[in-house]
Amino acid sequence: MAEFTDNGQDTMSGDAESMRTGPSLLPPTDIIERQDAFLMVLDVPGADPDTLDVSFDQGILSISAQSVSTAPEGYAPIYAEYRDGTFERKFIVSDRIDGNNIDAVLRDGVLRVTLPKQVPSPAKKISVKLN
Amino acid sequence: MLSPYQAPTRRGNPFAQMRQVQSDLSRAIGGLRFAPAIPEYPVMNVWANAEGAVLTAEVPGVEPDALDIAVHQDTVTLRGTREPEPLAEGDVVHRAERTTGAFARSFTLPFRLDPESVKASFRQGVLTLELPRPEAERPRRIKVQRA
Repeated sequence: MAEFTDNGQDTMSGDAESMRTGPSLLPPTDIIERQDAFLMVLDVPGADPDTLDVSFDQGILSISAQSVSTAPEGYAPIYAEYRDGTFERKFIVSDRIDGNNIDAVLRDGVLRVTLPKQVPSPAKKISVKLN
Repeated sequence: MLSPYQAPTRRGNPFAQMRQVQSDLSRAIGGLRFAPAIPEYPVMNVWANAEGAVLTAEVPGVEPDALDIAVHQDTVTLRGTREPEPLAEGDVVHRAERTTGAFARSFTLPFRLDPESVKASFRQGVLTLELPRPEAERPRRIKVQRA
């Protein structure tokens, strides 16, 4: 059974703060376990593909992307429900994942990350030498 | 969350009690980055000037062709469907935070719009609508002359 622990709250602190522009946004995420891989689907509307960063290090999958401002020039805001900022989220992946073959695709504001499961290596038999 | 009041002497240190209340509250609202109320879908931002308005809506994962945009008088209506991730036999869902299904939302502006000249664009899951006012209804500058 897979264990995906959300580490999102911890991104409030740390050195990422200085690089960030605007508030930190927590993208809603779906996680589906397939036979050979985990599929993560994140909503990152307005995310700039150039700033997208997906990294996997020591069992922690970090995703960040900056959203591009949609504010038109020469207009004054009259109503606002969302803000521009930085999408940030971290997941602790407890399952064995093939970290070299993680695939991420961004399309229409949806980021899809595929984490292939690591094929378990066959159990090693240790021969006991008799003295 | 609510429990009957008990005299501090029975529960001990009032400061410890205060800390307890604080941690209970933090746990109740912890993890929420946005306003606790679930906003309507999709979320929108609106800008305006004398010529008209610009409306943007976050609709990630919605096919632009599947969006139904209607403009009538001073109201814009957005309709569409967000398809859930197709599941195969044996798939296990660990998290399902994204909203799916059909949505419809209207926004009423403080002026009438010209439906003929509305422009729509879609980029990275954000829909932008340019909504100009009819030429005849835009504000006119009036020159004042000294009598």
